[in-house]
Amino acid sequence: MSPLAQAPHGFLSPTGVEIAFLLVGLVTFGAALVTVTTRQLVHAALWLVVALGGLAVEYLLLTAEFIAWVQVLIYVGSVVVLLLFGLMLTKAPIGRSPDADSGNRWAALAVAVAAAAALVWVVVDAFRTTWIDLGGAAAGSTKVTGASLFQNWVLPFEALSVLLLAALVGAIVLSRKAKADPSPPPVNGRAVTQSSPPVTDSGIYPIEQEGAR
Amino acid sequence: MHLAYPAVLSALLFCTGLYGVLARRNAILVLMSVELMLNAVNLNLVAFDVWLSKTARDTLHSGQALTLFTIAIAAAEIGIGLAIVLAVYRNRGTSDIDRLRDTAEGHQSGTPTDGTAGEKAEATA
Repeated sequence: MSPLAQAPHGFLSPTGVEIAFLLVGLVTFGAALVTVTTRQLVHAALWLVVALGGLAVEYLLLTAEFIAWVQVLIYVGSVVVLLLFGLMLTKAPIGRSPDADSGNRWAALAVAVAAAAALVWVVVDAFRTTWIDLGGAAAGSTKVTGASLFQNWVLPFEALSVLLLAALVGAIVLSRKAKADPSPPPVNGRAVTQSSPPVTDSGIYPIEQEGAR
Repeated sequence: MHLAYPAVLSALLFCTGLYGVLARRNAILVLMSVELMLNAVNLNLVAFDVWLSKTARDTLHSGQALTLFTIAIAAAEIGIGLAIVLAVYRNRGTSDIDRLRDTAEGHQSGTPTDGTAGEKAEATA
């Protein structure tokens, strides 16, 4: 059994894990494409759930179990919920919004396609003869990941907790409403009443946005 | 498993996120695309960590540790990003990044009064 484990593999004889990875990867990529192209903003967040869940399944297929469950907990559980809250709080229009895409869409498409072609070509050319050996013990079980995290990565882990605390405090400070003290209201109050639409007319808001442009 | 499968999927997801960042107009949709790019990087890290832990007998598991750190930093980033988007929305009434052009050079803003009012509101907030 060679350490590189290249001998028994054929190039065009995919194993079951490879077929499953390919199918889930197609679903993930399709969901990601719908996420960046759909015109309904809430649907974009829901398709993002499909893409992130598909990535969690890919982690499971790569035997990284702990990362997969962390992905489900953090991304599907909290990040998407935060994004949905953000969409609701900024009064995103429900239904098709005609101006979801910017005017430089075609330049962005050209850049993305060129980057994808270059990256895929380079990656396939570089790792054409490389196989992952998925047999044996799982490479990312909770025991293995926890041991390496708390033996070798303790200091970055603690620094990360400080960063999370700083982010928490920063988010609270940023999203706190300004105090409603009556002394300097003219500038602040006028700007708020001018620029932010009232709560009730969320359906009118995109139309008057169109008219303003 | 062939290593090219996760690598190619990661590259495609990254470029999808790149398109979303460049082409989207709503700031929250841009944040979603940033999340897609970060997840592409995570998939690369996990795949190469599994490969190295089997072929090179790597016991440091740096790829998975870095993936956990990336996930935590992405969570912090999305919290701060949404707070900034909400603050901008409260001051300007829009989360449309094509209309936030106050620092653009050589570009007269279409509604200068709106911009100055927003700046004053930001300065007093």
